[in-house]
Amino acid sequence: MKKSYDIIIIGGGPAGLAAAVSAYDNGVKDVLVIERDVRLGGILNQCIHNGFGLTRFKESLSGPEYAARFIEEVRARNIEVWTGTTVLSLTKDKQVTVIDPVHGMLVLQAKAVILAMGCRERSRGALNVAGSRPAGIYSAGTAQKYVNIKGFLPGKRVVILGSGDIGLIMARRMTLEGAKVLAVCEIMPYSSGLKRNIAQCLDDFDIPLYLNHTITKIEGEKRVTGVVVSKVDENRQPIAGTEMHFDCDTVLFSVGLIPENELTKEAEVPLSPKTRGAVVYQNRETLVDGIFACGNVLQVHDLVDFVSEEAEVAGRYASKYVLEGKSSACAIDVSAGENVSYALPQKIDKNISGNVKLFFRVTNTFRNCTIKVTSGDRVLLSRKKQICVPGEMETLLLAEQKLQEIDGNIVVSLENEVNV
Amino acid sequence: MFDVIVIGGGVVGGLILRELTEYRLSVCLLEKESDVCMGASKANSGIVHAGYDAMPGSLKAKFNVLGSEMMEGVTAELGVKYRRNGALVVAFSQEEIATLQTLKKRGEENGVKGLEIVQQEELRTMEKNISDTALAALYAPTSGVVCPYELSIAAIGNAMDNGAALYNDFDVTSIARKADEKGETYVVCSKNGQEVEGRYIVNCAGLNSGAIAALVGDDLCVGARKGEYVLLDRESGDFVSHTLFFTPTKLGKGILVTQTADGNILLGPTADERTADTQTTAQGLAFVIEKAKKMTKNPPLYNTITSFAGIRAYSDRHDFVLEESKTAQGVFHCAGIESPGLTASPAIAKYVVETWLSQKMPLVKNKKFNGTRKPDYFFKNLTLEEKNAIIKTDPSYGKIVCRCEQITEGEILRAIRENPPARDIDGVKRRTRSGMGRCQGGFCQPYVAELLAKEQGIELFEVTKNGKGSSLLTGVTK
Amino acid sequence: MKKTLTCIECPIGCTIEVEFEGEQVLSVKGNACLRGKAYASSEVVCPKRVLTSTVRAENGGLVPVKTSEPIPKDQLFAVMEKINAVVCKLPVKIGDVIVENICDGADLIATNSEE
Repeated sequence: MKKSYDIIIIGGGPAGLAAAVSAYDNGVKDVLVIERDVRLGGILNQCIHNGFGLTRFKESLSGPEYAARFIEEVRARNIEVWTGTTVLSLTKDKQVTVIDPVHGMLVLQAKAVILAMGCRERSRGALNVAGSRPAGIYSAGTAQKYVNIKGFLPGKRVVILGSGDIGLIMARRMTLEGAKVLAVCEIMPYSSGLKRNIAQCLDDFDIPLYLNHTITKIEGEKRVTGVVVSKVDENRQPIAGTEMHFDCDTVLFSVGLIPENELTKEAEVPLSPKTRGAVVYQNRETLVDGIFACGNVLQVHDLVDFVSEEAEVAGRYASKYVLEGKSSACAIDVSAGENVSYALPQKIDKNISGNVKLFFRVTNTFRNCTIKVTSGDRVLLSRKKQICVPGEMETLLLAEQKLQEIDGNIVVSLENEVNV
Repeated sequence: MFDVIVIGGGVVGGLILRELTEYRLSVCLLEKESDVCMGASKANSGIVHAGYDAMPGSLKAKFNVLGSEMMEGVTAELGVKYRRNGALVVAFSQEEIATLQTLKKRGEENGVKGLEIVQQEELRTMEKNISDTALAALYAPTSGVVCPYELSIAAIGNAMDNGAALYNDFDVTSIARKADEKGETYVVCSKNGQEVEGRYIVNCAGLNSGAIAALVGDDLCVGARKGEYVLLDRESGDFVSHTLFFTPTKLGKGILVTQTADGNILLGPTADERTADTQTTAQGLAFVIEKAKKMTKNPPLYNTITSFAGIRAYSDRHDFVLEESKTAQGVFHCAGIESPGLTASPAIAKYVVETWLSQKMPLVKNKKFNGTRKPDYFFKNLTLEEKNAIIKTDPSYGKIVCRCEQITEGEILRAIRENPPARDIDGVKRRTRSGMGRCQGGFCQPYVAELLAKEQGIELFEVTKNGKGSSLLTGVTK
Repeated sequence: MKKTLTCIECPIGCTIEVEFEGEQVLSVKGNACLRGKAYASSEVVCPKRVLTSTVRAENGGLVPVKTSEPIPKDQLFAVMEKINAVVCKLPVKIGDVIVENICDGADLIATNSEE
């Protein structure tokens, strides 16, 4: 049995699929995609709502439709795919240990590995929400799986904590399927979801959004019977006396996504504490030779279109690595400055040709601000923005020529001008 | 008609039940809930205490030291994770250092081996993340960690494999005396109309042991105390290696910071609130975190995966109650088994059977008894060759269902099929660790629910989290 | 009359101001593209949405579906009732029409292939 591949891609969701096609088209045909679910497409399979692909395909697709376009491309190239297979471990020498009912457990060897495992949802447990632990508490994505894949309704009266996009989408979805969504609570003064989702998922159905509010207690012994919601102060601490009670049988949590980097850590790939994903060069190579990362395992994206784009970069350069055997080096460090929570890639290799697209997020809502990319005293780029919010990933294009001119490191920051 | 009826399926009841099956006896276990191990044994610190805490001469002291010595053998037979990681009782002031000496002396009097005082420098090499303000510690090398529900379930399962009967949803409401030609027997009835008859009764009903005692006319004062905990991801499992205790003061015992048998980090418990509810509170969790920060440098709280509360039953005597009923011959009470009850449980089991029951009736060894629980391994820990051998005969072991803990479909099916069978999501979780990890069942719960539905021949929306009234789903969408 | 809307056509979510009288749109401001103008013009007269859901397949599974065109917003729940009554034959291919003209000229189409 074949046990070595030029490129092994861990994950058959949007990132893994796009990386596979790109690696293949850039000259490496010996590619294996490993997917733990029984079908390709990853989380897109349960995202049956529309709105995907506007950037890439100029049309509004549902999740499965978006995935299908890439699955077709993978099939057309006869790229080898294993589904129902879980990767148990990964070494920095690119040994991939897998298990499934057909192959059993075995160790595969790759010349290059592309990490495309995606992310998981932060759970109720991680937040230390007080109260009991009855049935009826779900992360929004789990509820989405029950409704859209299994055809079951997790509850009839729902309170949602967190206004991330999955939470907003599920508010609409459960309403359409016959549940009553009583409230969406958001501890921050702003929603981390897209504005259009507030409009079409909440406003359309008169679902109230409580900003600066959080769930302070979950009630119910066997099944959720209610929650206490409190207003929070500027330090996000509940304010006594502001408690509201909701009778509900279900609580959904949509409180953030965490890149699933357990394998990455095992392979001794250094991670960024800010993104909780690997530290990468602009070609998406990590600091371990020949291991690349893309998609939500690297940084949590707002739009799948950008996941595909990032995965194509990783696929292209993984292919180049296999063909030319050269790793990234000679780095400019990119760091997040004032009012910026992270910037990616964290390293730029000047020997890699092409402009560099910088991705970053800001720490708060800012109006009439200026985004600056600087190296020492030198301003490489400055852009005025009417509004920047943490929920929306920002991008900037750094011209190759500018990069060649500098030798110091780069800082991305946001200047908040005083409103007059 | 049973020889012995055990009431209460926690760690004490479970190990007594197993001990009974070593003899030619017909025995049964009555459990109030839909699954075993739903009370104090479900959620506690999981510490196998060395035995320096309890007052010399107390039942706690006696059974603690005995139990601690037995734990390695019992867990090996039952295939339960146990590790002697050692404990450190940490002192933060001169006054507390003095207390360490008292504890050491007390421990030695109780028969605890290997106790020594370690000074700051050594303490820091033993625990890299210990607080800079920690001055010294009492080191107890015999202290260990065990998973309390794993031990309870394995003991009950092994007893069932050896012939014991299990009655779930058996909430005892009456115990009536009846005489037959051989003497007196007891008829025990449940709220839902079940009835069993037996000659002897062992009351291990934990929080309800006082109520059970009252049914036969005894007055035992048993109260409930809540402890809140915070659990951190296995990824931070090497944050501490020993079990770290605060030095007990007049203000209480403080919390502990420990590695668990499964390699997580556990912080807690609070211990003040006298209540039987298992709700966590904002204040309680804040207290745990504050104390953890005092004990260690920068506890990795960002890796919190859950918080929970457990209940322990205490007696107003502040010692274990291990005695025969004053009014009903043949009824034995094991009550107020608070800390170090988990440690003491194997020794209590031996005592109840070999010392008490043997006085009451002749005990004949059951030659067919097999105390080894199969399989006695954890699939995850097997070698590649061993795993492949299993997958070849049963491909379901090749399917990972819980990605965080790497639990296979084969293990989940086994938990649903073997004694005592898991009937709900939490039951599977306690038996396999599926859903115990960092995603808290977010990914695996729908799969586990499907397996439960299929195996039990029920609809998916009939699957519960932890018994009646805890349905996961409210219906179909179309 | 003036109305302020959040455009739902793309992730930017422009805030659009529409001036209109009855069914006559007088001006549209704040949109970044033509889709925004079309959306705002329609939204003040007859708001429409693409409805996505699932239908039961004959093998008991689910097939994800959507309306081929936006349908009047006030028809969403009525159309959901129709969707919930459908049992879909297998196999289906992505793009197959499951129900013709389910509402206002829009078909209900499969958004994934199922064997």
